[in-house]
Amino acid sequence: MNHWIIAPVVLPALLAPIIGFVMRYDIVLARTASLAGSAALLAIAIGLFVVAGGETQVYYLGNWPAPFGIVLVLDRLSALMVLIAALLALVVLVHAVATGWDNRGRHFHALFQFQMMGIVGAFLTGDIFNLFVFFEILLIASYGLMIHSGGRARMRAGLQYVVMNLAGSTLFLFALGVLYSTTGTLNIADLAVRLQEIPPEEAALVRVAAMLLMIVFALKAALFPVQFWLPRTYANAPAPVAALFAIMTKVGVYAILRVHTLIFGPGVEATEGLAGDWLFPAAILTIAVGGFGVLGTRRLMPLIAFSVIGSVGTLMTAVSAFSPDATTAALYYLVHSTFAAAALFLIADLVTRARGSDALTARPATVQNGLFAALFFAAAIGAAGMPPLSGFLGKLLILDALRDPSMIGWAWSAVLIGSLMTILGFARAGSTLFWKSTAVDSGDAQDRNTGQNAGQNAGPTPAPARAIEIAPAMAAIGILAIITVLAGPLSDYLEGTAGQLFNREGYVTSVLGTGGEE
Amino acid sequence: MTESDYSLIVIALLPFVGALVPGLMIRAGRNACAMFTAVPTVLALTMLLLHAPAVLQGEVITAELRWLPQLGLSAAFFLDGLGLLFAGMILGVGLLITLYARFYLSGEDPMGQFYTYLLLFQGAMLGIVLSDNILLLLVFWELTSLSSFLLIGYWKHLPEGRQGARMALAVTGGGGLAMIGGMLILGDIAGSYNLTDILAAGDQIRASEWYLPALILILLGAFTKSAQFPFHFWLPHAMAAPTPVSAYLHSATMVKAGVFLMARMWPALAGTDAWFYIVSSIGLITMILGALIALFKDDLKALLAYSTVSHLGLLTMLLGFGTPMAAVAAVFHIINHLTFKAALFMTAGIIDHETHTRDIKRLGGLRKLMPLTFTIGTLAALSMAGIPLLNGFLSKEMMLEEAAHTAWAGSVYAVPVLATLGALLSVAYSLRFVAHVFLGPVRDDYPAKPHDPPFGMWAAPALLVVLVVGIGVLPHLAQPLVVTAAGAVTGGVLPDIHLKIWHGVTPALYMSGIAVLGGAVLLAMHAPLDRVWAALPRPEAKVIFDRLFAALAGVSRRITEATHDGAMSRYLAIFVAATTGLGAVAWRGGGLPPPTRELLPIPPLVAIGWLLLVVAAGSVVLLHRQRFLALVVISVIGLMISVGFVYLSAPDLALTQISVETVTILLLLLALHYMPKTSPVESSVARRLRDAVIAVAAGAGVSALAYTFLLRDTETISQYHLDNSYSGGGGSNVVNVILVDFRGYDTYGEIIVLGIAGLVIYAILEALLNGPAARKLRNAGYNSTLSRDRHPLMVVIATRVMMPVAVIVGAYIFLRGHNQPGGGFIAGLVISIALLMQYMASGFAWTERRQRVDYHVLIGWGVVIAGLTGAGAWLGGRPFLTSGYDHYHIPPIEEFELATAALFDTGVLLAVLGAVMLMLHSLSRIARYAGETVNPEPMDYDPSVRPMVAGKEE
Amino acid sequence: MEIVIASSVGVLTAAGIYLILRLRAFATILGLALLSYAVNVFLFASGRLAINLPPILSPYGEASYTDPLPQALVLTAIVISFGMTAVLVMVALGAYLETDDDRLDIDGTDQGRNDKNGDKAP
Repeated sequence: MNHWIIAPVVLPALLAPIIGFVMRYDIVLARTASLAGSAALLAIAIGLFVVAGGETQVYYLGNWPAPFGIVLVLDRLSALMVLIAALLALVVLVHAVATGWDNRGRHFHALFQFQMMGIVGAFLTGDIFNLFVFFEILLIASYGLMIHSGGRARMRAGLQYVVMNLAGSTLFLFALGVLYSTTGTLNIADLAVRLQEIPPEEAALVRVAAMLLMIVFALKAALFPVQFWLPRTYANAPAPVAALFAIMTKVGVYAILRVHTLIFGPGVEATEGLAGDWLFPAAILTIAVGGFGVLGTRRLMPLIAFSVIGSVGTLMTAVSAFSPDATTAALYYLVHSTFAAAALFLIADLVTRARGSDALTARPATVQNGLFAALFFAAAIGAAGMPPLSGFLGKLLILDALRDPSMIGWAWSAVLIGSLMTILGFARAGSTLFWKSTAVDSGDAQDRNTGQNAGQNAGPTPAPARAIEIAPAMAAIGILAIITVLAGPLSDYLEGTAGQLFNREGYVTSVLGTGGEE
Repeated sequence: MTESDYSLIVIALLPFVGALVPGLMIRAGRNACAMFTAVPTVLALTMLLLHAPAVLQGEVITAELRWLPQLGLSAAFFLDGLGLLFAGMILGVGLLITLYARFYLSGEDPMGQFYTYLLLFQGAMLGIVLSDNILLLLVFWELTSLSSFLLIGYWKHLPEGRQGARMALAVTGGGGLAMIGGMLILGDIAGSYNLTDILAAGDQIRASEWYLPALILILLGAFTKSAQFPFHFWLPHAMAAPTPVSAYLHSATMVKAGVFLMARMWPALAGTDAWFYIVSSIGLITMILGALIALFKDDLKALLAYSTVSHLGLLTMLLGFGTPMAAVAAVFHIINHLTFKAALFMTAGIIDHETHTRDIKRLGGLRKLMPLTFTIGTLAALSMAGIPLLNGFLSKEMMLEEAAHTAWAGSVYAVPVLATLGALLSVAYSLRFVAHVFLGPVRDDYPAKPHDPPFGMWAAPALLVVLVVGIGVLPHLAQPLVVTAAGAVTGGVLPDIHLKIWHGVTPALYMSGIAVLGGAVLLAMHAPLDRVWAALPRPEAKVIFDRLFAALAGVSRRITEATHDGAMSRYLAIFVAATTGLGAVAWRGGGLPPPTRELLPIPPLVAIGWLLLVVAAGSVVLLHRQRFLALVVISVIGLMISVGFVYLSAPDLALTQISVETVTILLLLLALHYMPKTSPVESSVARRLRDAVIAVAAGAGVSALAYTFLLRDTETISQYHLDNSYSGGGGSNVVNVILVDFRGYDTYGEIIVLGIAGLVIYAILEALLNGPAARKLRNAGYNSTLSRDRHPLMVVIATRVMMPVAVIVGAYIFLRGHNQPGGGFIAGLVISIALLMQYMASGFAWTERRQRVDYHVLIGWGVVIAGLTGAGAWLGGRPFLTSGYDHYHIPPIEEFELATAALFDTGVLLAVLGAVMLMLHSLSRIARYAGETVNPEPMDYDPSVRPMVAGKEE
Repeated sequence: MEIVIASSVGVLTAAGIYLILRLRAFATILGLALLSYAVNVFLFASGRLAINLPPILSPYGEASYTDPLPQALVLTAIVISFGMTAVLVMVALGAYLETDDDRLDIDGTDQGRNDKNGDKAP
């Protein structure tokens, strides 16, 4: 058995306590360890990504045979998600360290590592209850990160975030109860088998389980009508954390892809069409919420948060088709939107610090106005799905995949109109932040916003961002550029991924086919 | 006929590469910057011209790179007549603009930026005309919108610049998005996104039932880009851009992109009634409307902008006619319009630059002051008016000729008359440009003293005017280019064309005669007409657009702020309601098997317990405002549930439930110290009713689910666990073996959750005590709320005696855990409860001072030990968390298996203990901020002193 | 017996949900506590009910036992929800001490951070 499969979980799990409990008085030590750990995690992730190009690999924890013990499953999808997470983590961590965010509260690095453990574990597990456990790990770590460094607004937004997710976790357990009560198993592959044996006339309970699980995951993915928590949470989280959260919504998307394709997926009579029928309208409405939000909000951070909602909507529109083509498109857009959102949040952090506020009002131009403008423009283009960055290709792929007569009308208009609204929103925000500001006379501006260090002449000038602080944002944009140029090879891999995902038998045999060494 | 040549890709990419240059070269000075900007353009132009002969021979040069085959998107380029014409225009004019801009831009303007944007745009535009793949074309199409956004907003400080830029982006970008849809449909019909294939599949496309949607969506893109009615309004506002930009984007190239697209798609889309009526009518309307407005504009650039709109309309109309001859006329007019209009814009720029005004009303009489400019401007303007011997005349004649015999919905006169009217108006505003700017008496109130500009500035327009005259006098020079380009448009079918000045006495001649005379007359009576026009109420497009946008933004804001207003309780209500509803829907979709289990009896004791629980739950709801009371009642519920677990053969659960219960309640009690003791009545009755309905519905749903599955059997995997618990896991308490072995990974995760909880709580506390909260705590006198007798003697003694006992009990529970109910988790809780007692009895501070171990370290060790135990299995080559038991089958097995499983369980114990105590420790730190006194004596036998001491110490 | 368990779960759930829909953080904490009771019993019940068949293997040959797996799951769930409750209490306490307001809803439609407190300058 390939022990490297568990490495990305165990590494942060061992590193985090050491950072948190042994190195907690020495920020330098903690930073070094944390950065080294994330780098190592990325290395492992790349290794697994390469390995996963072959066939699905299974890791039998405790050496118990499936479905009786817990298994980890490394297939193309999980490897891809782990890779994205690890890459994002490193970028974000560098930003957090460079900007000193990590030192504004306690235990940032320990929580960060635990967070990574939770995310990666959720991607790798092949057991539905274990998925719950890792959801809890990544959630409780995210609570800590979300309210890192405290503050009024953040605390209260944090409270809402915690309550919302506790409700979600409770629902998750209800769903698992129903599921176990009817299938008597927890292993995803085994569940897939049992579901196919359940005739529709006995399916009431599993249908409920499928629906409840979908809602739980939709809550994580911030899908209408359970997206309300996201804007305030992301807007109030420390910017690097918000950037890291770009992967959190994707955890929900991943879970839907995994569970509602493998277990309740197409061809399963018991839950035929249940997921798709409800996901599609929800996704369309989510796009609308995002679009209105981007146009309607008064601040930069919420604006980005709403654009995240919009991208989730676009993503789920494609997912809800539950076809290999659409899934390929969705996966490409998933990779793109993760890094686009991260880039925006990181840039927003620099801009906000320079301006002293993220309000979308004209203030005197800050130092490096031009540089920030350029970065923001690039990232916004990516997020709004304009060429030349990957967002445009992603949208084309999705539109191209959604030709089903029942979908084409709604899907196309939603995606296209949604991107128009996003473009307008970003254009207005950008021109206010970076163009109008050049017209503001810093003199009277000083009277207007005294106390807030906004720009050159009002209050003390913040130091210009150093190269190392800008590098992560640039890296995120760079990643967008790379997946644009390498769109061909990437979609090749993703086509394989989608194919593997829809090959239920393949997954089942690789998990249940070979038992543990009993 | 076609040859592959990758230099084409180089041509297409050169501007983008070049865009990096100016940013750097600006450091070497403005001249160097301009020169280096010109380099890529010159290179591209030369490479293009090298291909020209072959293309004029009718060859098509292609080049392709794979990009995204899954989508059918490839970097495919091809160069035919039409492409050559436009590429030539883009690069040629680009070169002139580069030169012109060097002198036009003032010292303050960041020239490096300008040239970068310019080259970006040039590349995008070039991409459009060279793409052989409609998806690639879309990419470049949107790129032109973006780069023009940057160029229009170039003067960041000007509000009209910013608004113009946003408007242009909204309109053209939006059109572009519509076009995406159209192109995708088109590709679907033709079965390929390759332009050549699509052009070949014309009949198939026109036959498809998706033809009309595709056509409309694509035309939306074209019309918005080419400022056709009703999307014409953005163009004049784009004039806020520096004049070089207006000359380049908004007369010569970008606005022609729409026309280009219609020409490009001509073989695929043209020739149907839909095409004729939509395209030609829109074109006609735009032509007249644009000309009419232009006549009454006083801003030079606005006048030229609307005349551009009008001429774009003319081109659209011609393409709409759908006849080969019309296509030829269109192509020819594209060239001519480019030459005279670019020249005119540059003239306007010169006048603006020299006199510091563009207001016609403040100009006039410049003829003597700026003779050179006068000559250039006049020739260009006359060409625009369509005066013989200038190129404008030729193409307009062809246009009128075509219009003359085009019937619109049966009427023979509609098109000719309107076309003549358009021509007449254009004569009028062209002459006005000359008359009101150059002619008339010299005035003495120019904002600045006008004189001719330096050579660098007039060279470019002069060159263009030379072309104007050249083509005008010797039209056949342009013939080959026109023929090949037009051939490319019509897909080969062309009448034999002879571009010449004199066609004999044709209807067209009369029509343009009328146009010229009428135009002159109109100009003569401009002053009165102007007053009338000013008096007329007319819709201002920009105002309408702004209103629309404001409305959209307003609606968005209202929707967003109404729905995301932080009303958590509503979010949750929606969440629960949606879940219940969807759950019910899902339920109704499937049936149920018949029940297989018979019900267990309900002994009276159970019934009583149930009653207690229900009453307790109800009273929590009723009493939740009296917070302490609510907590007490809650603990009753917890107790009932533990009892239930015992009764239903789950001893481990019972133990865990009861101990967790205790700790949780204790923590809640401690936390409640610092929170309000009661909640006010806030929500309205209706609101409470709504919540009650939701709650009951959800509760009923859950009950139904539970009852349903309780009546039915399912075969589960757990038989395996029962069978293998002893042989494989080495324990007879199957639950515990599952926890530490079968599903040890879950338990590992679970203690990590606890560990994180400890960290988070600690971190929050740090944040709190460094925030404003700390001060508040200091000032608040919480002692008043506590009983005076805080550390009663008896309790103190009792707890201190209990301490070692509890520890021993814990150890016992821990050790027997693997075979009997118990285990690390419960043990940990028991011990921490004992410690908690100390805190409760003797006060935080006293216990704090006697605390030896650091709870952080405790948790840390717990998690690490558990992790390392799991990893230890690797040494035996086994998977993570393989218990030591099944490694070897030789004695002494027992000790050995005990070793790893118990080690793991020790980790659990430590983590639990540490986490619980850390939470408590945190609360105790708040307590000390809240002014609790440190108690010096080992135990406080005289409670009555407390408050005084407290008083002193505060 | 089944009806007893099913109804208790329902009652606890209803009570819990009603409480989390209240406006105060403390009520929400109580509600979530009730909900976690409910879900623990629910999950436990998914192994069906049995009396006097604890899953402790008896040394004396064959015996039948209740389904141990749900019990293990519930144990994990209890522990996790304990950790969660502790964090929730602390966050609620923190929010209250920071703002002197223990309501769950946040007034004001402004999604954004509070400049002074939300975003300390480094």
